[in-house]
Amino acid sequence: MEIPYIVDERPDTGIYNAKLGIWLFLASEVMLFGGLFSSYVFLRLGAPVGAFHEWGQELNIPLATLNTLILISSSMTMVMSWVSLKMNDFKKFKLYMALTLLCALCFLVIKYLEYSAKIHHHIYPSTNTFYAIYFTLTGLHGLHIIGGMVVLFYLWVPGSNMWKIKPEQFTNRIEIVGLYWHFVDLVWIFLFPILYLL
Amino acid sequence: MNAHSHREESFFRKYIWSTDHKIIGLQYGLTALLFLSVGFFLMMVMRWQLAYPETPIPFVGSFFGEDGILLPEIYNSLGAMHGTIMIFLGVVPLAVGAFGNYLVPLQIGAPDMAFPKLNAASYWSYFIGGVIMMGSFFSEEGAARSGWTSYPPLADIEVGQTIWLIGMVFLITSSLLGSMNIITTIVQLRAPGLTWRRLPFFVWTQLVTSFLLVLAFPPLEAAAVLQLMDRVAGTSFFLPSGLVISGEALAVSGGGSPLLWQHLFWFLAHPEVYVLILPAMGIVSEVIANNTRKPLWGYNSLVFSVIFLGFMSFVVWAHHMFLTGMGTAMSSFFQITTMIISIPSVIILSALFISLWGASIRFNTPMLFALAFLPMFGIGGLTGLPLGIAASDIYLHDTYYVIGHFHYVVAPGTIFALFAGIYYWYPKITGRRMNERLGQLHFWPSLLFMNGVFMPMFIQGLAGVSRRLWDGGLEYAHAAGVLQWNEFMSISAWLLGISQIPFIINIFFSLKRGEKVDRNPWEATTLEWVAPSPPLPHINFETLPEVHREAYEYSVPGRNRDFTPQTEPKKG
Repeated sequence: MEIPYIVDERPDTGIYNAKLGIWLFLASEVMLFGGLFSSYVFLRLGAPVGAFHEWGQELNIPLATLNTLILISSSMTMVMSWVSLKMNDFKKFKLYMALTLLCALCFLVIKYLEYSAKIHHHIYPSTNTFYAIYFTLTGLHGLHIIGGMVVLFYLWVPGSNMWKIKPEQFTNRIEIVGLYWHFVDLVWIFLFPILYLL
Repeated sequence: MNAHSHREESFFRKYIWSTDHKIIGLQYGLTALLFLSVGFFLMMVMRWQLAYPETPIPFVGSFFGEDGILLPEIYNSLGAMHGTIMIFLGVVPLAVGAFGNYLVPLQIGAPDMAFPKLNAASYWSYFIGGVIMMGSFFSEEGAARSGWTSYPPLADIEVGQTIWLIGMVFLITSSLLGSMNIITTIVQLRAPGLTWRRLPFFVWTQLVTSFLLVLAFPPLEAAAVLQLMDRVAGTSFFLPSGLVISGEALAVSGGGSPLLWQHLFWFLAHPEVYVLILPAMGIVSEVIANNTRKPLWGYNSLVFSVIFLGFMSFVVWAHHMFLTGMGTAMSSFFQITTMIISIPSVIILSALFISLWGASIRFNTPMLFALAFLPMFGIGGLTGLPLGIAASDIYLHDTYYVIGHFHYVVAPGTIFALFAGIYYWYPKITGRRMNERLGQLHFWPSLLFMNGVFMPMFIQGLAGVSRRLWDGGLEYAHAAGVLQWNEFMSISAWLLGISQIPFIINIFFSLKRGEKVDRNPWEATTLEWVAPSPPLPHINFETLPEVHREAYEYSVPGRNRDFTPQTEPKKG
């Protein structure tokens, strides 16, 4: 007796196991970042009027805008790689996966440049509460990007053998990691305005 | 049975890195029982200091101070770690990790959990977290000593806290993996015919508990990250401006708020209270339905109450913070929600009491523990009401009254329910019944001494004795009249420890000598009793069970037996 609904959808719930699993995981992630966003609001309200805006002036808006575009593009390519598998085009899948990974790498490089510019100007997490939450939020987001990249890389090269044996399950895996990837993208969509623009 | 199940597994695959939910459940259970006894031991040491302040501790004194006298800072460590171990390493892993893991797939007729590898990862993450927590006792700085609540600014500057935070990250991860797994399993892997209304009540409680864990734990993880940043990167999330410590201004930017921690922490920790109690209610319901030989009274009310409890538990957290000066509007809001949340708890308790009405009760050991749960949890719940009302909480906050209140909920409440569960499902796990005489020898003294430990706390608390005092309140004149209870409570606590010996003997003794039983020794109706005892490795059932009826069809008039298993087809 195997565990049912690993690949097929359960008729009355309409989903397969891993899809429910990832949505629950994302719900917990929403609560994690929700807690941190609430902390941001709490600290901002507790700071002198206008202080958060003033402290944030040191941030590099053009670079962050570029990063936003890069991350949105990576979400696009992520969907395309899944669609390619659905259309049975394994080569295109490989290509879009590579592009997604490339975007993620670019994002991290730009983030690194931003961080080092801050440190160069002697701005640290301990400087004030704005930079405390800035470094914490973007750092945690960066860790999520890195975690996602590890999984993407695994599915891109070593794990992609599964396509030959269990194509449906492999496609499901790409869908699952895609959902995660869009979530990480979405977190950045929230981070960008509250940290850089407000 | 297919060929797959006959595959021989190495010892390592079978018992260490196992993906079988039953083995993982047992791993969780044994580890959690071990941690419960460690937490209990820490408490017994503390109780010596409270009963006989500044006298050398017998037997184990040399571990806690040079001349065997418990040092104040070690007392604080023991207090913080007693709470941490009991909650995060003891009761939750036992109630959710062990009972949830072992029983949920069996009760819903599934071959395993939905994600067996995640399940193993969940256990090992818990294990690592436990090792880190225990290791902190032997580290240079010692274990955390800022209470299990870790309030800043104290927790930001006191030693030992960093290791605690790292340990917590592992424990939180473990809980998240485990609870996502349980929810997916319940939603996706229910056997054919097992509709939501036919679900055993225990499964409902596990479902709601898991939702609480998935949604409430991440904010604590966020808070732990922020506190770790405060300690490691020098940030000031929880440190206000102008903080002075021992006459010296603290060299940080300031601008943070200790209240932020309290909000994030209690946003987890209040739902956590329901994580502690809901599985216990589930276990008690199963035992009561079986031993009253009646359907549970008000199954629908029970289910709706437990769901409503789950929702409400997210909007009551600030009743822990009435004394922080957050304002009367906030206090009123949380006072009202707190009063509302007591309603479903009362409904559940009432439904269980009414279930006893007119029953021919079988007074075996699991039933005794389940019966004791009802009034004990009742005392714990009702003494909570004055704490939920801001006006009376101002007087009672941080006194021994609070300690008495929540221990009544968790110790003779949850832990009695867990004992009931162990006695009740032991035959399923081992194929043998636990010894009834030893069980009674375990139950009666435990009930007596439990109350001996916790009842006087209400007296002390009402007199205004603060909790967390190393000398138990010797320096306060208002405490002088009630301090004689300290010795009484301590002796009760040690005797309570001794009363657990029959239980430990029973577990091992019955493994070899217990009365051999078939698959359904209690004549129960739910699916786990259809499987062999113990259930088959990895697949549980010989054939996939099909469900035809509701969970508790006991003593249905006109039938020749007083129970009808869920798998029995309806006639015609």
